[in-house]
Amino acid sequence: MELPSELRYTKDHEWVSIEGNHAKVGITDYAQDALGDIVFVQLPTLDGSVSAGESFAEVESTKSVSDIYAPVPGRVIEINSELVDSPELLNTSPYERGWICVLEMSDPAAAGELLTADSYLGLIS
Amino acid sequence: MKRFEENAGGVAKSSPLVGRSAEPTIFELSSPGRSASSFRTTGITPINPEENLPKGLLRDEPLELPEVSERDLVGHYTRLASRQYSVDLGAYPLGSCTMKYNPKFADYVASMSGLSDVHPYSPAALTQGWLELIADAEEYLCEVTGMAAATFQPAAGAAGELTGLLIIGAYQRQVGSKARKIIIPDSAHGTNPASVTLGGFEVVTVPSDSRGLVDTAELAKVLDSDIAGMMMTNPNTLGLFEIEIAEIAAMVHEVGGLMYYDGANLNAVLGVSRPGDMGFDIVHSNLHKTFATPHGGGGPGSGPVAVTERLAPFLPGPRPRRVTGTDGCDTLEWFVPECSIGRVHSNHGNTVVVARALAYMLYNGSDGMRRVSDIAVLNANWLRKAISSSYEVPFGNLCMHEFVASAASIRKKTGAKALDIAKSLLGEGFHAPTVYFPLVVEEALMLEPTETESPQTLQALADALLKIASIAENEGSAPLQMQPTSTPVRRLDEAGAARHPILSYRPESS
Repeated sequence: MELPSELRYTKDHEWVSIEGNHAKVGITDYAQDALGDIVFVQLPTLDGSVSAGESFAEVESTKSVSDIYAPVPGRVIEINSELVDSPELLNTSPYERGWICVLEMSDPAAAGELLTADSYLGLIS
Repeated sequence: MKRFEENAGGVAKSSPLVGRSAEPTIFELSSPGRSASSFRTTGITPINPEENLPKGLLRDEPLELPEVSERDLVGHYTRLASRQYSVDLGAYPLGSCTMKYNPKFADYVASMSGLSDVHPYSPAALTQGWLELIADAEEYLCEVTGMAAATFQPAAGAAGELTGLLIIGAYQRQVGSKARKIIIPDSAHGTNPASVTLGGFEVVTVPSDSRGLVDTAELAKVLDSDIAGMMMTNPNTLGLFEIEIAEIAAMVHEVGGLMYYDGANLNAVLGVSRPGDMGFDIVHSNLHKTFATPHGGGGPGSGPVAVTERLAPFLPGPRPRRVTGTDGCDTLEWFVPECSIGRVHSNHGNTVVVARALAYMLYNGSDGMRRVSDIAVLNANWLRKAISSSYEVPFGNLCMHEFVASAASIRKKTGAKALDIAKSLLGEGFHAPTVYFPLVVEEALMLEPTETESPQTLQALADALLKIASIAENEGSAPLQMQPTSTPVRRLDEAGAARHPILSYRPESS
C-alpha cells in the first residue's frame, strides 16, 4: 500500500497536498482498494465554497457510492475533468492522475489538523 | 442456388445446447417483412394510417422494430432462458432479496380467465369478485402487519416507500408540523435514503452499535422537533432483530415523528410478531419477498402500504370497501379516502400479483405462514453454523432469516475477495449471495436461503462454500479469480459496463 509521506490525510481516506494556500485533494490508495473498481466520479462544483467536513463530491464503484468530504475549508479553483471519462484513474493512479480538485484554502491553519502518513497508517491498520 | 446468410434472420439452433456461443439480439434476427402473427383469416381489414389519422400524428420514419417469425422469436427467448439461472432452476441465496420459490398454483390462480380477462375500467357492479379479492388481501395483510388499512397501488417496494413518505408528509402538514428530516440506520437498504430524498425530506443517519443494532444513545442525539419520522427494517439488514424496537418507536413518537417499517425482511417474522405491535405506523411489504410472487424482471411488482387507523384517510385511492345495500345485501364499492395523497398507480395497481399473494396466504393459512418464517429462520441459522468454520459472521450468534458473513480474513490470508467467492459459487451451480452489502460489514457475503430449500440443498450449498474457502486456503486466490468457468458466459466486465454503458440497440449502419 502506497502512502506518500509528504502528503497529509483525513480519517475519511482523502489525501491532501499543500502548496502555499492551495490544497490538492484525492482519495488514498487504501480507499480506492476498499472501494474496488470506480465507475463514476461526481466532481465538486468549480468556484464553489466549502467548509471542512462538507460532502462536496461523490465516487461510485461497482460496490457502493461514497461521499468525498472537503478536508479543509476553501473555494474549489480547479477540478480534474479527466475523471469524467476515465474514473478508473482513481484506481490506477490515486496520488497522481487521480487527483480530484484543488482548493484555495480560506483558513490555511486548518491544514494543521490533517493527519500525517504515520497517524493515517495507524488508523487503517 | 442462392445462399441464405445466417445474420439476415433467425436460425433455429443452439450449439452447444446451453450455449457458450453469443446469442444475437432480437434486432439482429430481424428480416424485413417477416412477422410472428397474421390477421389474414380474421376478416379484419387493414387500415391505412395515412388515410385515417391527422398528418401531425404520423411518424416521419417507420419505427424500427424487429421483424421475426414466431418460430425465431420463441427460439431466441428459449435459448436465452436456458442460459439463465432462476428460482425454478435452483437455490438462490441472494440475501436481502428473499428469492423464494414461486409456487405454480399461484400462477394458475393469476391466469384464471375471470381475473385476467377483466378490463380495469369495468364498473364495480361487474367486477365485484376483483373488489372482494383486493378487500380480502387488504384484511389479511393488515392482520399480518398489525395495521388498520392498506393500499395495493404501489408498483413495488420502493414505490411503497415513496407512498409511505408522502403519507408522513401529509400527516405532518395536517398536524401543523414543518418537520423535514427522516432518520435511517446506517445498515439500511439503499432505497431508503433515495426514497427520503425523492419524497422531499432530508436524511439523518444513525450508526449501528457493536451488536449491529440501532445505537439508542446516538438516536437520542438526533431527535428533535424537525424529525418527521424514522425508517427501519426489523429484522435489520444484518439479519438481527432490533430488540429495543419498542423503546426506539416511543422515542421517535415522543418528538412527533412517525415510524416507517420497510417490509423487506417481513419473511422473518410472519405470524410471529407484527410491525404494528412493535410501534410502527406505516408498513410496506414486498409481495414477492413475503408472499412468493415473482421477483422483479419476472414481475410486475407490488409493494402494498398498510397504515394505522390514524393514517388511513391519507391512503391513495380508490380503495374497495363493503357497503350494505337497502336490500340488506353486502356489496363492494370503490372510494377515495378523505385526505388521500392521490393515486400512485393507474387503475388499482398490479392486481394479478395481489391475486397470487392472496392465493399464497389462503394456501398457507395463519399456521402455515408462521411455519414459513420458522423454517426461513431455521435454514439461515443452519447454513450460518455449517459454514462458520471458514466464514466469520461479525455480528451475533443467532440470526433471523438471513445473515451476513465476511470474507475479510479470507481476503487478508489468500487475496480472494467476496466477489471471487460469489463468482465461484456460480461455477458450483448456485446463484451467488449478495456481496458488499450492507456496507457496515467488510467483504460482505449476505446469505438468505429462504424456507423453500431442503436440508439436502442447504448441505450442498454449505459444501460448495466450504470447498471454495478451502481452494483459496490451499491454492490462493488465482483459481477463484478465474471463476465461473462452467456458466454460459464467464466473468463479465462489470466495471467496464458501468463506465461505458451501451443502453440501447443501434444498427451498425447508423
